[in-house]
Amino acid sequence: MKANTHFAFFDEGSKKEIRRAIMKAVAIPGYQVPFASREMPIARGWGTGGLQLTLSIIGKSDVLKVIDQGADESVNAVSIKKLVHETTNVELTEETSEATIIQSRHRIPEVPLTKDQIIVLQVPTPEPLRGVEEREFVTKRMHSEDDYSGVWLMLFEQIMKYGRTATFADHPVYVNGRYVMAPSPIPRFDNNKMHQSESLILLGAGREKKIYAVPPFTNVESLAFEDYPFTVESFEGHKCHLCGSTDIFLDEIIDQQTGEKSHQCNDTSFCMDQLNRKEKVEVQTSYA
Amino acid sequence: MGYVPVKGGTQAIDASIQRIKFERLKGQEIIDVETIMSTMRGMVDQVMSESSLYSPYLAALAIKQAEGSMEEAVFLMRAHRSTLPRPYYSQTVEPEKMFVERRISASFKDIPGGQLLGATYDYTHRLLDFTLEEENLEDNLQWLQNYQDQLNQIEALDEVSYFPKVVDYLREEGLFETYKADNTPPIDVTKRSLQFPTTRSERLQVLTRGQTGAVTSLGYASLRGYGQVHPTVGEVRVGFVPIYVQHPNEMEHSDEDEFYIGEIKVTEVESFVPTNVKNENNEYELEFEIGYGICYGQNETKAIAMSILDQCLEHPESDFPTHDEEFVLLHIDSVESTGFISHLKLPHYVTFQSKLDSIRQVKKGVQTVES
Repeated sequence: MKANTHFAFFDEGSKKEIRRAIMKAVAIPGYQVPFASREMPIARGWGTGGLQLTLSIIGKSDVLKVIDQGADESVNAVSIKKLVHETTNVELTEETSEATIIQSRHRIPEVPLTKDQIIVLQVPTPEPLRGVEEREFVTKRMHSEDDYSGVWLMLFEQIMKYGRTATFADHPVYVNGRYVMAPSPIPRFDNNKMHQSESLILLGAGREKKIYAVPPFTNVESLAFEDYPFTVESFEGHKCHLCGSTDIFLDEIIDQQTGEKSHQCNDTSFCMDQLNRKEKVEVQTSYA
Repeated sequence: MGYVPVKGGTQAIDASIQRIKFERLKGQEIIDVETIMSTMRGMVDQVMSESSLYSPYLAALAIKQAEGSMEEAVFLMRAHRSTLPRPYYSQTVEPEKMFVERRISASFKDIPGGQLLGATYDYTHRLLDFTLEEENLEDNLQWLQNYQDQLNQIEALDEVSYFPKVVDYLREEGLFETYKADNTPPIDVTKRSLQFPTTRSERLQVLTRGQTGAVTSLGYASLRGYGQVHPTVGEVRVGFVPIYVQHPNEMEHSDEDEFYIGEIKVTEVESFVPTNVKNENNEYELEFEIGYGICYGQNETKAIAMSILDQCLEHPESDFPTHDEEFVLLHIDSVESTGFISHLKLPHYVTFQSKLDSIRQVKKGVQTVES
């Protein structure tokens, strides 16, 4: 990375190309727009789709936050942040509310996002029908014909086999009542945050060469049946052992010495915020 | 600052980057880029081909930086390629105009122009040569001098002559159909992502920049039984072809106004494949079709395997995976396959937690039914 690169790595022609794909994606919510994905200085599958989105929309006044599975300090988040910073010199932050662009792998922050923010999600498999049909040529036609029987059947079969739907992360969603979309492998817990989101949600798959989007205030419904409603990961009876928060996505932590299991906020920036707030209150009350 | 739940990523990364540098330096030997360029021809050619960027110097630099790891060197070149503006497309290259260094046919002994073995490992015995341990520049210079002396004794022709294509000879006999040149501008797969079904120009581009091992494996699978193609190599030629570009602003174009911007070394293969076709009377007839392979540098195995796969993909009606364009074209790219495989090393804490939850809930459900 000693070479002098253009602002935000790409030449302007490449940025325009990607921005055109973004415009189309915003105009057709949930539709996967193909684009000529560029090879990046980080590996395919390591967030090149998200990175290309971020680099093509970032300006000098932007403030960037990058998270990987909830953590700002996760090694790959650090690596991506470093690359964007070295090529743009924009301000970096870990504070969710301060960021104008948030690039994230597999989480949507706990703090609700605003209309002044854009969240960029990294996507490994943009095609929600891939598990049903392996050929791109066919899945593209299924989307255009509104043929989602395969994915419904997949959920139905799970109910027959396991007595409930048994999807993991990346539970498919209906966007604006038209396209079935892979929300990227965010936990089911985060699916509802996409519904009527104030911020623009951009999703980029570098290896699969697709860009898609959920514009602000768009309906996003998780696929489910009336008698088998959509459920999110359950953390009932657990709270963060650091900040005490509940109703958030928790990581399971195993104590190396005692072997005991405890829980901790997955969103590290949220956790720190809660702790700092508590500390402030404690300090104020103890001085008072 | 308050409490920090997970920290240390930045320092850990810095330490890791230091460590990888240490691995390259600790032996206290330095290899020059020029040394790699002139002694690691096979690697340089392969890196240029897989990264689809023709620059022996940059390929050698990438090999040095990557400590000889092919996937890493190709990756570096591809990433560099993304930063380069692309102002021109070259004019169509005519491989008949190749300055041939090597050219053989497995179909005919006496091909017009003759067989020219050139430089190849094909007839060497693969025995480790321990004399290379003691190699020195003085002896090498002496050898080169002797070799040059021998060459000087051969009388050279005054004129440069080109080798005709083997297939032209067969076309004259009516064994191959003569097609009109298809001058449709090719689709640039680096500017527009693949849309299925693809055009042949897209297929050839993806094949030629495919990972050598992957292209070879799939070509081999087809040859061995998982495909319907068993070709005869009509012609393999290795040599230099000139590259020309048009003046970008002139309205009128003529060949004479084109700019010569240099030459590139390529390996080109035409494979002859017998196929069953129905004639006008609805009877089956045997006919030859051609599979085409070409790649940067000298890499004959890859070019031959490519010619097999090209022919396979021309016949999507076959059920073999080697005839399925999505199966072949979407899985042979070095940067894409190595990238996605290596991403499995990234943390999957959230996604795994989600899986755990789902499995626990299912197990809970099963127990309540039983009790």
